[in-house]
Amino acid sequence: MVVKAAQMQPEMVGGIARGDMVFPEDLVKREELIRGPQDFHSITERVCQMAETPFLQTPRGWMIGFACASSIAAMFVCLIGYLIWEGIGIWGNSNPVFWAFDIINFVFWVGIGHAGTLISAILFLLRQKWRTSINRYSEAMTIFAVICAGIFPGIHVGRIWTIYWLFPVPNQMDMWPNFRSPLLWDLFAVGTYFTVSLVFWYVGLVPDIATLRDRAKNNIAKYAYGIAALGWRGSMRHWLHYERAYLLLAALATPLVLSVHSVVSFDFAVAQLPGWHTSIFPPYFVAGAIFSGFAMVQTLMLPARKWLGLKDIVTMKHIENMNKIILVTGTMVGYAYAMEFFIAWYSGNEYESFAFINRAFGPYAWAYWTMVTCNVITPQLFWFKKLRTSIAVSFVLSIFVNIGMWFERFVITVTSLNRDFLPSSWHYYQPTIFDGLFLLGSFGLFFTLFLLFIRYLPAIAMSEVKAVLPMANPHWGEKHDG
Amino acid sequence: MMDNKTVWGVLAQFETTHDIYHACEKVRDAGYKKWDAHAPFPVHGLDKAMGLKPSVLPWMVLVAGTTGATLAIWFMIWVSAYDYPLNIGGKPTWSIPAFIPVMFEVTILFSALTTAFGMFFLNRLPTWNHPTFSSKAFERATDDKFFIVIESSDPAFDMNKTQSLLKSAGASHFEVLEN
Repeated sequence: MVVKAAQMQPEMVGGIARGDMVFPEDLVKREELIRGPQDFHSITERVCQMAETPFLQTPRGWMIGFACASSIAAMFVCLIGYLIWEGIGIWGNSNPVFWAFDIINFVFWVGIGHAGTLISAILFLLRQKWRTSINRYSEAMTIFAVICAGIFPGIHVGRIWTIYWLFPVPNQMDMWPNFRSPLLWDLFAVGTYFTVSLVFWYVGLVPDIATLRDRAKNNIAKYAYGIAALGWRGSMRHWLHYERAYLLLAALATPLVLSVHSVVSFDFAVAQLPGWHTSIFPPYFVAGAIFSGFAMVQTLMLPARKWLGLKDIVTMKHIENMNKIILVTGTMVGYAYAMEFFIAWYSGNEYESFAFINRAFGPYAWAYWTMVTCNVITPQLFWFKKLRTSIAVSFVLSIFVNIGMWFERFVITVTSLNRDFLPSSWHYYQPTIFDGLFLLGSFGLFFTLFLLFIRYLPAIAMSEVKAVLPMANPHWGEKHDG
Repeated sequence: MMDNKTVWGVLAQFETTHDIYHACEKVRDAGYKKWDAHAPFPVHGLDKAMGLKPSVLPWMVLVAGTTGATLAIWFMIWVSAYDYPLNIGGKPTWSIPAFIPVMFEVTILFSALTTAFGMFFLNRLPTWNHPTFSSKAFERATDDKFFIVIESSDPAFDMNKTQSLLKSAGASHFEVLEN
């Protein structure tokens, strides 16, 4: 046997050549994705625990939360009835601010939805295994947020009986909606987004619902989960198509999620109003959407992992990664705010400059600086590892971001409208009590749906978490010789 | 000995991904065709160990996506330029750039729905009843155990040989499934 000198490794001891440094442990110790001695069965037990709790033993915290949330959701339904009966005059919208809480709440909720798709699709394509612990309820959050979002354009039309004008069908004069209008693009974008998110979520749920079906004790659960599981039996021939479908859905949802908030931003950017007519809007809106969505995931996840006993599955590594993304996107949003001001000055356009000076120092300066504080300043605290690995700090900052991102939409919409081209029509917009109640009501609906979800469906994608455990690898523990 | 007429197939349980992986290789090499492996999650590489061909799903999605894009753009052109032309801000009736967003969304919508429903179609789901569901042990196929099922209609099926093949492959539990 001929061995070149360079390949010879003298005095091999247990695979370590002389000269190799030997450390007692890995130089960089990574926090594990899934903590503790977990196996496939313990994951199943953990995740199914909540769904399998009998009705009478439902945790009190859930009961109280659900009672509050569903009462507020019921109020929301009544308010919508009153709005349709009385007309949108019950809101504070008035000349020249004809677009206010309805569009603000719409953009706010659609934005929150983006995190779910980002986590499930983009992080999937990037092979970020840590997503498996958080993708399921982020996707659920997306769907519920888009439902809340869709309600506002649906009810703000005033003449509810002409709601079909939104859809691509001819009206009583045989006229079609205008396909060159961003508002129609928006309908297609949000409609597609909702449908695709729902399909993606359901496809992901099928194997886990089958787990619940196979473990169900009572007949109602057996039938309900049995029907929803479609007869899934973990067949490898099925998994083959399933995995391909999941990859395709991720690949389709990735450009979709980037397009949705771009199209939402066109609602503003295609208009010629100073403050709205800016080409930075699409990327800026997408960054803001991911920012707000991740914050909402944190707001929901931090309490839920405690209540559902999922601390070993959703670990500090997940929380820290989420905070890093919040830091990055928050900084992008801050850059966009600065760039808007720079362009307003650099363009030399006096209307544009006025709109931005008015934004920061006009009558709504309080809203502008609330936004800057919550979105740009406080997330910078996440540069410090101690703070981004603190659960209390993460939770408080996530609430700040939620508030800040709502105010961002408020600032963009109201400050650009309230001082229009004719000073005699300038008007300080003030919301009415109904505006506030509608916003509150949408939160009630959101939390009602979310609480039902964590109670009856697997909040963690079991089959995906099992697949990232070390023993899921068929070659785990095999010796690799030579 | 069981009556062969009512036997639908045999089911063998395996404890680890390592065992099922090598067992699948053995069953594949023994020349079986009508058989399947069941796992609570997609075991990496098991499709190759079973000798499965890649999914045809991407081609279905490509066709659907192309159809969506074509339908959407021609629909908008027909509506805006022929059925009821409207002068919107002096834009030409064939204002293609303005139609791109909707065309894109419809492409995604068609593709995504085809992906999901195509996958269910290829898997023949929903199928709410299946002979494997009669096995008590099989309930853990969605939890933590791994199974190989060989159907009796397979030409290579022989109760004794098949059984000993699966046992030699490391099956920890063995069952005969009836129709």
